Amino acid sequence: MASKATSPKPVPFAKRPDNSAFKQQKLPAWYPALTAVTVLPFFFLTGLACILIGIWLFLTAAGIKQITVDYTQGGTCSLCSDLRKDRSQSLNSCECNVDFSLNENFTGDVFMYYGLTNFHQNVRFYMDSRDDAQLTGNENNLKNPSSLCAPFDKYKNGTPIAPCGAVANSMFNDTLRLFYKKDKNTQILVPFLNYGIAWYTDKHVKFQNPSPKNNLSAAFQGTGRPYYWQKTVYELDVQNSDNNGFVNEDLIVWMREAAFPSFKKLYRRLNCSQEFSNGLPLGNYSLLITYNFPVGNFKGRKSMILSTVSWLGGKNNFLGIAYLTSGAIITAVAVTMTVIHIKIGKKANVLED
Amino acid sequence: MTPFQRDHTHSEEERHAKANDREYNERFCYADNRIKTSKYNIFTFLPINLFEQFQRVANAYFLFLLILQLIPEISSLSWFTTIVPLVLVLTITAVKDATDDYFRHKSDNQVNNRHSQVLIDGKLQNEKWMNVRVGDIIKLENNQFVAADLLLLSSSEPYGLCYVETAELDGETNLKVRQALTVTSELGADISCLAEFNGEVICEPPNNKLDRFSGTLFWKDNKYSLDNEKMLLRGCVLRNTEWCFGMVIFAGPQTKLMQNCGRTKFKRTSIDRLMNTLVLWIFVFLICMGIILAIGNSIWEYKVGSNFRIYLSWNEVLDDPVLSGFLTFWSYIIILNTVVPISLYVSVEVIRLGHSHFINWDRRMYYAKKDTPAEARTTTLNEELGQIEYIFSDKTGTLTQNIMVFSKCSINGKTYGDMYDELGRKIEVSEKTPAVDFSFNLLSDKKFKFYDHSLLEAIKIGEPTVHEFFRLLALCHTVMPEEKNEGDLHYQAQSPDEGALVTAARSFGFVFRARTPETITVYEMGEPVTYQLLAILDFNNFRKRMSVIVRNPKGQIKLYSKGADVILFDRLHPSNDDLMETTSDHLSEFAGEGLRTLALAYKDIDEDYLAQWLKKLHFASISFDNREECLSALYEEIEQNMMLLGATAIEDKLQEGVPETIACLNLANIKIWVLTGDKQETAMNIGYSCNILTDDMNELFIISGHTALEVQQELRKAKECMLGSSRDIGNGHTFSEKKKNSDSVFEETISGEYALIINGHSLAQALETDLERIFLDIACMCKTVICCRVTPLQKAHVVELIRKYKKAVTLAIGDGANDVSMIKTAHIGVGISGQEGMQAVLASDYSIAQFRYLQRLLLVHGRWSYFRMCNFLHYFFYKNFAFTLVHFWYGFFCGFSAQTVYDQWFVTLFNVVYTSLPVLAMGLFDQDVNEQNSMEHAKLYEPGQLNLLFNKHKFFICTVQGIYTSFVLFFIPYGAFADSVRGDGLHIMDQQSFAVTIATSLVIVVSVQIGLDTNYWTAVNHFFIWGSVAVYFSILFFLHSDGIFDIFPSQFPFVGTARNSLSQKSVWLVILLTTAVCVMPVVALRFLRIDLNPTLTDKVRHMQQARRKHRPLEHNLKRVRRTSSRRSAYAFAHQEGYGELITSGKNMKGTSHFSMTPGGRIQNSTSWIENLLKKRTDPTGADRTPKQQHQ
Repeated sequence: MASKATSPKPVPFAKRPDNSAFKQQKLPAWYPALTAVTVLPFFFLTGLACILIGIWLFLTAAGIKQITVDYTQGGTCSLCSDLRKDRSQSLNSCECNVDFSLNENFTGDVFMYYGLTNFHQNVRFYMDSRDDAQLTGNENNLKNPSSLCAPFDKYKNGTPIAPCGAVANSMFNDTLRLFYKKDKNTQILVPFLNYGIAWYTDKHVKFQNPSPKNNLSAAFQGTGRPYYWQKTVYELDVQNSDNNGFVNEDLIVWMREAAFPSFKKLYRRLNCSQEFSNGLPLGNYSLLITYNFPVGNFKGRKSMILSTVSWLGGKNNFLGIAYLTSGAIITAVAVTMTVIHIKIGKKANVLED
Repeated sequence: MTPFQRDHTHSEEERHAKANDREYNERFCYADNRIKTSKYNIFTFLPINLFEQFQRVANAYFLFLLILQLIPEISSLSWFTTIVPLVLVLTITAVKDATDDYFRHKSDNQVNNRHSQVLIDGKLQNEKWMNVRVGDIIKLENNQFVAADLLLLSSSEPYGLCYVETAELDGETNLKVRQALTVTSELGADISCLAEFNGEVICEPPNNKLDRFSGTLFWKDNKYSLDNEKMLLRGCVLRNTEWCFGMVIFAGPQTKLMQNCGRTKFKRTSIDRLMNTLVLWIFVFLICMGIILAIGNSIWEYKVGSNFRIYLSWNEVLDDPVLSGFLTFWSYIIILNTVVPISLYVSVEVIRLGHSHFINWDRRMYYAKKDTPAEARTTTLNEELGQIEYIFSDKTGTLTQNIMVFSKCSINGKTYGDMYDELGRKIEVSEKTPAVDFSFNLLSDKKFKFYDHSLLEAIKIGEPTVHEFFRLLALCHTVMPEEKNEGDLHYQAQSPDEGALVTAARSFGFVFRARTPETITVYEMGEPVTYQLLAILDFNNFRKRMSVIVRNPKGQIKLYSKGADVILFDRLHPSNDDLMETTSDHLSEFAGEGLRTLALAYKDIDEDYLAQWLKKLHFASISFDNREECLSALYEEIEQNMMLLGATAIEDKLQEGVPETIACLNLANIKIWVLTGDKQETAMNIGYSCNILTDDMNELFIISGHTALEVQQELRKAKECMLGSSRDIGNGHTFSEKKKNSDSVFEETISGEYALIINGHSLAQALETDLERIFLDIACMCKTVICCRVTPLQKAHVVELIRKYKKAVTLAIGDGANDVSMIKTAHIGVGISGQEGMQAVLASDYSIAQFRYLQRLLLVHGRWSYFRMCNFLHYFFYKNFAFTLVHFWYGFFCGFSAQTVYDQWFVTLFNVVYTSLPVLAMGLFDQDVNEQNSMEHAKLYEPGQLNLLFNKHKFFICTVQGIYTSFVLFFIPYGAFADSVRGDGLHIMDQQSFAVTIATSLVIVVSVQIGLDTNYWTAVNHFFIWGSVAVYFSILFFLHSDGIFDIFPSQFPFVGTARNSLSQKSVWLVILLTTAVCVMPVVALRFLRIDLNPTLTDKVRHMQQARRKHRPLEHNLKRVRRTSSRRSAYAFAHQEGYGELITSGKNMKGTSHFSMTPGGRIQNSTSWIENLLKKRTDPTGADRTPKQQHQ
């Protein structure tokens, strides 16, 4: 305050603010307004667009074929199901089969999924119970898994588990084989591929084997398999070294945790060859299951799903219906608003001075 | 100050200081003259600043969350989700604090490094202020600031007098006299004597009482008592005194100035309070959600989770469902805490800061004459400027310039002062109008301007009545002249009116130059004429006139009188009837223009009659009983049969644009109360000239009772009068019906306009507890309230009364120290800057140079700030509800396990990066209507007063909207993807893809929403809105990229998700549908609202858009001329008895010095006012500052 006196003689207009558009709050600007001219056409157009998209989606979804075979206790599986409730029997294998028929041809690419219900892959402690660094083949994390994996990080004797954590530990381990009953006596094993079922990024970036990559048993030396696994991680696909160890696609698919407690995961894709070059023909099929994965405790269901896809993805009518509904409502609202605007609203917006 | 010194200050009971003896004084460890207003230094900045910041509830809360997150069982989000925003917030605040402190350091340094001359080792040495110590002797020169609190020792003026200006201290611009002790003033400027001076002062410890000091000087075995009259306080400026010496008594932080720099209490806006309430509600809401989810978790754990142990075998601790629920509660508190994000508080601060800068930058509130821009001194109150309902204004210096200008006169039936063009039309005086050239008169006042040339011509041709007219003005007054140099004449007038009249006479060639108790010397057209002053018949409120009786050099005796027209007209000689009529017409005309008028008359008196009369006067003046009556009877006797000369019209110059501003603020439904220390007549006059009082008003209630009973009766009468008339109009129904709704507020029912004028002493009664309600009711029913003769404390009481009962937002505006209390009490205090006194500005929240800028400050800046802040809060709460509540819905699907929907990085960045800038841009730049329309349509201000734009109802709406959006955001992707796969058969329903889908939808929905909420799309808005979406995608792809995953695989597990999901058409279809479903209802509702029930804002916007196609029309509010009845006012504010003081010569201190030689040095005349003030004993104004007294 007292500093005024010692400051030099004031320059005229020294403190005058700049005359810039910014400082004077006069920046050129666009004043949008919700007027009838803009809003009503917008509503009509949006409504129409939604209806059209809805119809399109609906038709697309209608073209997708899908069949779900619940094998939890279906066919001959109820025995196996009971067996799996007893943990002490977990090493005894159990096979069963479920028969079903396709009423139409599944042309094009056919995918086989396994579906689980009531399996909470999305519970926080479960989801966190993994070590992504370990799954990249990181040497250090391979031997010292993250504490997040506990209690599935190490054996009591200190041997690290690879892959560690609850997610990997609970990997789906049923084996599903599909037989096509061409006629009463002939059963043809439908050829399915067990690779090309995971995201490219997962397979090549997120999951990597530890080195030496050409000798996985050496690479995983000093680690143990997860408690619930029957074989080690480097025995997951002994035929195909590109699909073994951490980069095994069944493992990768399992490790991509589902968002909801009921989910389906890609299991195999059809190898379009021989009789199946055009997909799955209609007829009778038999699903042979090596029944390992227990779901009885938590009242879950297991199923096998066969599906074709479109650009939209799998069979799902929700989006089409949602679009149709929204479109209809928006159009109705647009009509109502137009009526209201013409009847009442037109004159209200005039400033009477 | 070291802590030791500080302790010492507390315990100091008596101060001992010995002149020229540093060693002795150092024993007491008094503070040196270094001042420190800064809070931190480089080393203490971090700890102190952090400590201060964590004292804020919000920051502490987030710290608490951070700690919660470190507990692994609870941590549902990584630590960085909280620490990143928290650090950002702390940094921003710290940077702001650091900058503030840097400037404080700078100004401290500047002050500390000022130089002053200190007597050290027998020599005068230049020393920095900070090195000045208690006991030092300092030499001050004219116009220098006083460095510390000094005891005046000697000065260049006789008797050790010196003059100081105390504007910085108390806002009073008049000079004050200080006088040194006679013994010390003899030291003079003799350095050796001063160096030997070894007096010891024992005095009171440092305190903040500006007007009190007590101490004793011990010197040469003598004791001299010291009082405030001998002290020069830091902050004063030495004036009219060549030099003076002083001894430092208090230095630096212990000076009275610094002791007075108390921290102003922190003001908060109503939006702030509302925001705090809402945040509290949100916490309750948060806890409710937490409890619901925790209960859900317990049930889930019990029913489902327990069956799941083989797969999800977590810690033993969590086996207990209740414990698990408890921990989940805290986990959800962490996840859901984003409903009250940290960035809310920071954003609000940033927006307010921006608004403050817009105020500082506004060229239309820059006053070029004084080079003063408007200044937002606090940055936390801006939006409250848009909610003002009551303005409390000071009068002098705020509404008026406190400059009286002689603007018109009527002499012998002819008016002067108006300008006419060739066609006989009146011309408005503007800057360009050529003023009358007074160069013939060397003694004329250079600042005096008059535009009518005919008056000067009349003087030059020597028209006798005109001469007599100005002679009267030069003689009949109680002004004191002061002439420092030849021709440099200054008048010390008790009231500015008198000063204006004498100055006018001076410029027209009748220069009042000197006075003694018996004579008055006037230079008439360059010739010195000395009149013998025979008597002053002084003014008082009852007489409303004053007269002088003089004998001119020719020996003629004349009585000159000036006074209120009605009074004077009664005492005229019958021969004046015709002239009286014309003059009377002129007076009406003047009054109609809001001028203050006085009638002038003279009378020739013969010697014998006078001799008799003087004898009687002498007799009366020494009598003890009935002295007053006797005197006034005598005055009455001689002031008869006078001859009318004419009338003067003085303009009490209003500040520029005051009536227009007031008219505009009135349109905005803002009530303006004038609180002034001035007299009732003056206040009313100004009330009329600034249009707050008009003749159209039904009734004007003047409350001037002295006792509570009188005041109560007067108030009752006023109330009955108002209610009575409204009953007639409303057939008696309106009132009784409405009264049920509100117990006291029934001003709506009052038809007609009323004004209330209340005097200070009545106000004192009215503010008593039993009367304050009725006073408030009546005051609020009136359109205008004027309180006159109020003390600063009463001003604050009135403001407090409104604050207390009306729940209205108040603004106080003033310029002087007497307004400080009111400025501090009101919600918003505005100081008029560019004046000499600084106290009001220092206490204020906003300072503007002119009253008229208030219009722009409120109607444009305030309205915009409020509008922007409301829109900002509305959007911000909406956005965070939409963002956070998705977790709530997800809870039902993930076993209530506090699993987040989003990527942790998204949670971290959403508020801080992805959505902060567009909403900030809206909060900073948005304009619903442009500034011209804001000013033109003052009614647009009303939503702010009624709190319409953001209140609990609006908050509820935005909550519902947020909940709806979160619902849609969650369930549409859920429906679409819960059971779906990609176009190539691969999975898409995994948690990560789901997270990306929802996050992207959310960002797009809130971006569209901010687009809808933004009314004013500048380039910045475009940049921020599009930029934010772009930044979202860039960061998304970056965080999901291979490179960063390779480096930190554990921190960025979302690798590839963006690519894999956003490449899907179905994902985009979902995002599109979600956006449409979220936004369309909002658009529809808004459209219907605007279409069916448009607010004024909508209409003005509509019109603005229609008009934008044409050129914008500049509207000017034409000054409304008031047609008004004649109200003459003798507005001299002075008290009885001044004439007596002049004639007795008591006020002329040091008469021996008084030089009668024209042009000689006249000294000490400044102090006569001081003497008068001391003599005056006004029981009602005991605590009033002198500034008011001579308004």
